[in-house]
Amino acid sequence: MAVASFRREWGADALGIFFIVALGAFCALWGAAHASDRAFAVQMWTALAGFLAGGAGLVYCLGRAPGGAPATKYENGVVKAGVFASMFWGVAGFLVGVVIALQLAFPNIFYFPDFGWTNFGRLRPLHTSAVIFAFGGNVLIATSFYVVQRTCRARLAGGLWPWFVFWGYNFFIVLAGTGYLLGVTEGREYAEPPWYADLWLTLVWVVYLLVFLGAIWKRQEKHIYVANWFYLAFIVTVAVLHIINNIAIPVSLAGWFSYSLFSGVQDALTQWWYGHNAVGFFLTAGFLGIMYYFIPKRADRPVYSYRLSIIHFWALIFLYIWAGPHHLHYTALPQWAQTLGATFSVMLWMPSWGGMINGLMTLSGAWDKLRTDPVLRMLVVSVAFYGMSTFEGPVMAIRAVNSLSHYTDWTIGHVHSGALGWVGFVSFGALYCLVPWLWKKKQLYSNALVEWHFWLSTIGIVLYITSMWVAGVMQGLMWRAYNAFGFLEYSFVESVEAMHPYYIIRALGGALFFIGALIMAYNLWRTAAGGAPAHEREGDVPAIAVAAE
Amino acid sequence: MTDRRERDQHSGTETTGHEWDGVRELDTPLPRWWLYIFYATIVAAVVYWVLMPAWPLPNGYTKGVLNWSDRSNVSADIHALRAARGPMFERLAQASAAQIAADPELQQFARAAGEAVYGDYCRTCHGAGGAGAPGYPVLADDVWIWGGSLADIEHTLRVGVRSTHPETRLSMMPAYGRDGLLSAHQIADVTEYVIALSAARDRLDPNAAAAARGGALYQEQCSACHGPAGAGDRAVGAPSLSDDVWLYGGKREEIRRQVELGRGGVMPSWASRFDPGTLRALAYYVHEMGGGEPDAPAPATPTQ
Repeated sequence: MAVASFRREWGADALGIFFIVALGAFCALWGAAHASDRAFAVQMWTALAGFLAGGAGLVYCLGRAPGGAPATKYENGVVKAGVFASMFWGVAGFLVGVVIALQLAFPNIFYFPDFGWTNFGRLRPLHTSAVIFAFGGNVLIATSFYVVQRTCRARLAGGLWPWFVFWGYNFFIVLAGTGYLLGVTEGREYAEPPWYADLWLTLVWVVYLLVFLGAIWKRQEKHIYVANWFYLAFIVTVAVLHIINNIAIPVSLAGWFSYSLFSGVQDALTQWWYGHNAVGFFLTAGFLGIMYYFIPKRADRPVYSYRLSIIHFWALIFLYIWAGPHHLHYTALPQWAQTLGATFSVMLWMPSWGGMINGLMTLSGAWDKLRTDPVLRMLVVSVAFYGMSTFEGPVMAIRAVNSLSHYTDWTIGHVHSGALGWVGFVSFGALYCLVPWLWKKKQLYSNALVEWHFWLSTIGIVLYITSMWVAGVMQGLMWRAYNAFGFLEYSFVESVEAMHPYYIIRALGGALFFIGALIMAYNLWRTAAGGAPAHEREGDVPAIAVAAE
Repeated sequence: MTDRRERDQHSGTETTGHEWDGVRELDTPLPRWWLYIFYATIVAAVVYWVLMPAWPLPNGYTKGVLNWSDRSNVSADIHALRAARGPMFERLAQASAAQIAADPELQQFARAAGEAVYGDYCRTCHGAGGAGAPGYPVLADDVWIWGGSLADIEHTLRVGVRSTHPETRLSMMPAYGRDGLLSAHQIADVTEYVIALSAARDRLDPNAAAAARGGALYQEQCSACHGPAGAGDRAVGAPSLSDDVWLYGGKREEIRRQVELGRGGVMPSWASRFDPGTLRALAYYVHEMGGGEPDAPAPATPTQ
């Protein structure tokens, strides 16, 4: 009875997805046929290939398992796929980061004018999108699907649709990434994908929201766990940010170029309202969701303070959304808007630290585990980096400080202490937890390799951020130095020359971080592929009351 | 879900009684220091709003009691800078080379102004200290294509080379190879002859027979601009071929390629970008780099 009804449900899902895929394939074919430029044609052929592969994959999977997985269990397959994709994109994104760091350190060597796609201007968004959206995004999707099921004791909603979210999101990544290499970009930082990729992502994201909400709706726990508040805030806000910042009018439906609806300083403000909240809600709220599940779980300790989690959650959500204008200090943006951006950033300091306190203090009573468990250590160090960058951020948002730091490599250092230290480490910690749990192994293949990963990456991060601090402060001071006659002391080129040693150190730090990720990928692969099987985790069996559906 | 509050052994704090997948929460109160710093940042923000421009209104924005405005501060700064530097620029624009040479204060000023402008606009191509790069003349030596007196340099800066300025410095060497004016053999012969003419003959050891054949071609094709003996002609911007300084490189192959392609670079005209004082300062800075020549004697004025 139950099996039959689920088969029907999956049939409806499959029909819906088929409809989307067929419509997408048709649009891609039309676009390829009418393309007004070569880059758009290549994009459309890529999209067509993606849709056809998606359709074929769907048929194949339905043929193999027409009823799908038993609905009484958690949906683990899509989480496993997400773990795999995270690791793949992580390694790819870190590698591109090392390449562009080398391009900056040795511009004469790593410059290939015959291969335009290797230019810094194209590889840079490839790097940022690969690490933020491909790596970070897949980690968020995978962990949110894992966590929401366990903490709600409910299977993900929507049968096949979580798979649509996974493949649809990764298809978006491929379309955007290949576009960058072809020179297809909207030129908006962290929002470079062209209009058709934006539209597709909007669809995928709305489905993501519904799948996630569905699990919460079906939950068999009375209360919604704090991790899910953060995940939900992340999903909802990113949807709003993405849609508003990407409102654009294509020049032609058969070309990739489009004009933003906004112009001038309004456009700049919209972009940085988006940009800063991409940090706030994508790279902070979502990963705090990870922290709130994986740290207490791994440390086997209760979360430090429920009250703090409530207060800092709402304060964070309310204050973050105002902070964007601090990216536009001393520009054409009216000064009152700069004031608001700066002051809300300063008020954001303690709400951010609320998360840090809750993460760190959860360890109280389990600090000794840091000595023996490098995975837990990684999670905890990530929270320390979170605390450090969320202190540095408000300081840099103060206008007087910003007048020194803006446009310098200090900003790059700041971003990477958050990105490598916080987002990277908390993701690594979560993935190290997830692989043995999902593949039902007693433990990781090698704790020693985790130690290597931990120390290589930590040294890499320290090299990276300290070199960028020195470089950034030096740039800022050189740019503002005047001589007695009121002329600039240094030309811009001189400040570029002065950066050379720091750019080499930065590239070295990035390379260590990259090597650490390779070690991790190997370790996870060996864990999943071999090792002694463990009993299923307690929470995983039997997940859901069958009769409830 | 068990709504059962219990006491945590380690901290002695009660839990909230909720549990999700084994995760529980302590009911720890907010850390006081956290709360007070949070309040302090809010107070600081409110104080800042009172002092500075802050909140938008239907008809403007709250100006703040300090009446602070970036816009007026910047224009005051620019005004002050102009006022401080203006008289010196004025003096510089009026001064002759001889007057500058006699005025150490003016020299210092011109060097500072010239260095700043050179660093931002010229150094990318002409290099640090005027070291030059292939296709971009060295400014630190005494070899000048269009003349090396202060007046010559300033004029070149003003009108540019092959620029859009109506009076631009303009020379056009034919691309003998690319445009098929000479055969490859002929170009090779001319190259040998040019090497033989130049101070490079000792290091490149030109082929005597080829140079002899090239000599006739040189006199026919090249001597009108570069001179019969390769002395060059600044009036038409033809570089000297008798020294061992080569704009596009001094290897045999590089010299041959220049005959083949006849490349000529472009320098923008800076007349509309800089005021006369700045142009004079820049010319002075370049002139001082090492190879500046004295100004030509002023045309004889009839004396009574």
